[in-house]
Amino acid sequence: MLTLIKDTLTSQVVTLWRVFSHLWVKADTVEYPDEMPYMFPRWRGRIILSRDPDGEERCVACNLCAVACPVDCIALQKTEDEEGRWYPEFFRINFSRCIMCGFCEEACPTNAIQLTPDFEMAEYERQDMVWEKEDLLIDGTGKYHDYNFYRVAGKKIGGKDKGEARNEAVPVNVRSLMP
Amino acid sequence: MTFEVGSGLSIGVILATVIVVAAMLIWVERRLLSFWQERLGPNRVGPFGLLQVVADMIKIFTKEDWVPPFADKFSFVLAPAIIMTVILLSFSVIPFAPGVGVVDSNIGVLFVLAMASLGAYSVMLAGLSSDNKYALLGSLRAAAQMISYEVFMGISILGVVALSGTFNLREIVLAQEENGWYIIPQFIGFVIFLIAGVAESHRLPFDIPEAEQEICAGYHTEYSGMKFGMFFVGEYLGLVLISSLITVLFFGGWLGPSFLPGIFWFSLKSFAFIAFFILLRAAIPRPRYDQLMTYGWLFLLPVSLLNLLITGVIILSTF
Repeated sequence: MLTLIKDTLTSQVVTLWRVFSHLWVKADTVEYPDEMPYMFPRWRGRIILSRDPDGEERCVACNLCAVACPVDCIALQKTEDEEGRWYPEFFRINFSRCIMCGFCEEACPTNAIQLTPDFEMAEYERQDMVWEKEDLLIDGTGKYHDYNFYRVAGKKIGGKDKGEARNEAVPVNVRSLMP
Repeated sequence: MTFEVGSGLSIGVILATVIVVAAMLIWVERRLLSFWQERLGPNRVGPFGLLQVVADMIKIFTKEDWVPPFADKFSFVLAPAIIMTVILLSFSVIPFAPGVGVVDSNIGVLFVLAMASLGAYSVMLAGLSSDNKYALLGSLRAAAQMISYEVFMGISILGVVALSGTFNLREIVLAQEENGWYIIPQFIGFVIFLIAGVAESHRLPFDIPEAEQEICAGYHTEYSGMKFGMFFVGEYLGLVLISSLITVLFFGGWLGPSFLPGIFWFSLKSFAFIAFFILLRAAIPRPRYDQLMTYGWLFLLPVSLLNLLITGVIILSTF
């Protein structure tokens, strides 16, 4: 019985006091609609499609994002322009399915698809949650300012032939025997 | 019509005040709990969230008041009415201040204990008539807990009754005016009454009959709408009742420095205990059911009997 009294005094009463002393600790709550919380730059929020430094679309419609997407919320169709550049004919993200996992951003070979710190995307109609390419495409470069896929890749496009990309060797002439 | 003990005006004012205070406790509790958990709590409706109670009331009144088809209709409806009735009846013997009260019954202490016993019927009927295994488990636990803890509750008050020589709560307060507050000679009785009071009003840490995490709200699992609201407000009424009883029995009721009226001191002391009960809820985890019963019968019962015995010896030896 004495141990019970001792335990009560040392455990329960101390607990009561410790909890009571939280009365003069400031609350952690951020009152969100009145007060905007700090959003970290790497926050995984609304998805955008970025452009390269020259102002062209970065997306080459490789479909890797659509494959990586665990909820299959990305749909796109590849097409080509007359210079040989690939780009999506349409690019559609269904944000009512999107779980903001960021796998599409990890899968993207051209840094085109990126997640942003914006999270205020509520809509009254479910159909309004489906965003098309013109809604997704922004005018800037997003998180990566210098990257330009066609300047480092070996793909031939108008105004840039094989071997002209950065750090790219001139193509080997397979029909010649000369070293 | 005058404002004196037992007048119609007095009864009406006391009834309205007690119910409004119990309803406001919904807000007070959520707010205090959140402060102790470093949150803000309900602060959107009205200044400091004070109108949260109004919003809750609107919600609870407009909800569908559903009686399950498998339930026993009569006792299902009767159960929440019983708990409100018996607790409000218990308030009739509480002396709030000089001249404020409903009756000066000379069996006031016994009346409160009797009403607390009747409150057990409410939870038992609720659990039985719901025809739901969680509700049944809850009501079984509630019945055992309330009957057990009533024993120590009664015995712990007996020391005060022996010291003051009366069952009349108003005369107990007047006796404390002469002899000093009974918290000093009856400290052990106070602690036991406090613990038993928590168990009687099913408050955490002794909310085993309605433990949400174990038996999903226990005896009021099947209740909705205003019937649930009556259980909810009934619980807060019980909280107010236990706090007022502690104030009256051990802390000198309305007694205090005379620059403020007695009702102020009564409210202040009662609110301090209400806040303490809320602190208990914030801090102490719920014991297991067998621990609760063991604690009651093997610790509180001998201690309260010992307390009564020693009190009796002291009273007899000083005469």
